[in-house]
Parts: sequence; C-alpha cells; structure tokens
Amino acid sequence: MSQFDISKLPKGQKGFMYDWGSDQRAFKGVPWGKAMMWIFLLSDTFIFSCFLISLMTARASTVVPWPPTSDVFALTVFGVELPLLLIAIMTFVLITSSGTMAIAVKYGYEKNRKLCGWFLVATALGGLTFVGMQAFEWSKLIFHDGVRPWNNPFGAEQFGAFFFMVTGFHGTHVSIGVIFLFIFARKVFRGDFDTGRRGYFTSMKSDYEAIEILGLYWHFVDLVWVFIFAFFYLW
Amino acid sequence: MASDKKEVHTHKLGIYLWIWTLLFVFSFFSYMVDYLNFQGLLRWSLIVFFMLAKAGFIMAIFMHLYWERWAIVNVLLWPMTAIGVFIAIMAAESYYTFFSRMFYFVVGS
Repeated sequence: MSQFDISKLPKGQKGFMYDWGSDQRAFKGVPWGKAMMWIFLLSDTFIFSCFLISLMTARASTVVPWPPTSDVFALTVFGVELPLLLIAIMTFVLITSSGTMAIAVKYGYEKNRKLCGWFLVATALGGLTFVGMQAFEWSKLIFHDGVRPWNNPFGAEQFGAFFFMVTGFHGTHVSIGVIFLFIFARKVFRGDFDTGRRGYFTSMKSDYEAIEILGLYWHFVDLVWVFIFAFFYLW
Repeated sequence: MASDKKEVHTHKLGIYLWIWTLLFVFSFFSYMVDYLNFQGLLRWSLIVFFMLAKAGFIMAIFMHLYWERWAIVNVLLWPMTAIGVFIAIMAAESYYTFFSRMFYFVVGS
C-alpha cells in the first residue's frame, strides 16, 4: 500500500491500461480478500446463469403450457386473491436487508462498532424472515398443492424441478449468509476489528474490510433474487 | 474518523437510502407488470428493464463498483458477454427442439 498513492494514478480507461500494463499488483486499493470474494461471486454468477438458462431452454422447448406462476404463487388476503403477493413481500424484505447491509458496511468503515453490529443483526433478521417465508412457500407447494420435482397439477412437469432447484439453491445461499452475518455481528460487538483479535477459523487478524466483503456476498444474494424474480416468477 | 495511516472514504447515508427507495420503486413497478397483467413484448421488455435497473444500482452503489478502478470492473463485467452468448445459443437450440417436437408430433416419425 505504501508504494503508491492511489489518488494520483490515472483513472478510467488509462487507469485500466496502467494497472494491467506491467509487472505489478493489478487490483490497486482492493484487499486480497475482496478480490477473492469477487472472483467467487463471478463463478457463482455462472452457476446461477446455468440454472436460469436451462430454465429458459426447458420452458421454450416444452409443448405443454408452463404453469401460470402468477396464480400458483397467489395468496388470498381477506377474500381477495392477490397474484404473487408472497414473492413480492419476500423481494421487499431482501432489498431492505441489502440496504441495512450497505449501511452496516458504511458504519464499519467509520469504526462505529455499535451501529455496524446492530445493522448486521437487522440484516440477519431480514434474511431469516426471507428464509422463513420461503419455507412457508415450499410447504404450501409441497403439501397443499402436491408439487413434486417430477410432476405438478398446474402444467409442464419440469416446473417442479426448476422451482426446487433454483429457489432452493438461492435459499441455501441466504441461509449461509445469515449464519455468517450473526458470526460477524458477534465479532463486531466484541471489537475484534479494533483490537486485532485473531479469527477462530483463519487465525488471522482482520479489519472492517471483512464487513464489506461479507456485504458483497449479501448484496450478491439480493442480486440473484432480482434475476430469479424476473425470470422465474414474472416471465 | 478514519485512522491516519489508512485513508478510507465512506459515503453519506443519504445515497444508500436513495438507492434503497429506488429499488423499492422498481420492485413495485415490476410487481405491477404482473398485477396489471401486461402480456407479450411489453411485459418482457418491462421486466428486463426493471431487472437490469435494479441489478445495476445494487452493483454500482451497494457493491461499490462505481467507485472501484476499471481494472477490477472490467474483470467482473466482461465475462457477462459469455453468458449473453450462451443465452443466444440455448435460445436457438430450444426453438429448434420445440420445432422438431411439433413437427414429429404432427407428421409422425
């Protein structure tokens, strides 16, 4: 970090040429953990893309009508049938938790320990709410509607397989994120990033950068949901 | 409040609240696309537009990509063209599969 002053380096396209142009560290101002998280998220992007592209392939090539997701995921509230209501609420909950995560990252960098910790807890609670609603959605589809990966009462048989695979894989990501949010909230409250206490798993000292890296993962989970919401539920 | 040895810049709280509100509005609009039962090209273009707008704001502001140097931004965004190519290939493939299914269901093998 001490070899260069990042604010004096060329920016934009010239900066791109400069950073990659010689035998030096390419990602300036990016800690290695953040670069690695980005690489991981890039690979995860490809996995989710493969799921959604195969969904497109199955849906475009089947000769049986695709189940009307708008009605399948409708909820009846006070006698009024509202299409996709639960999914819309889940979307708002996840976006909100993404917002609290962004604020937690900000307070982390400002070394505001308490607020950073509480916003992490709020984010984790948002994630838990999301997973809870997903569990409700799954059990409704499995026990009430009788949807199985190999058939369902609504239409094309591939629907069940894609529903469980795509939302299940995303839900797994959310659950793992919630676990790490609680772990890092504890670390923040204990002051690990101020005292330089070594991590239990990595035995390395860490910094509030760790909160931004965790935030990248959490925002990515929200990002994937944006695409699932569009391609699986709305399309 | 940043320590002396390391310059860390943070952003004002307002920008996150603004983006949060924007994401709410975009999500509400994309929900309305379904609620108002838009169909066909209008539905698909609106869904994709709101999806890309939300994804763009999340990546640019929440994930701080707007403030990163181009060296890492390019590494992250160029691979998306491979996904675009893959989508095009599989779209062509699935239309061909659909065509042959319909053809052989009608004509018989």
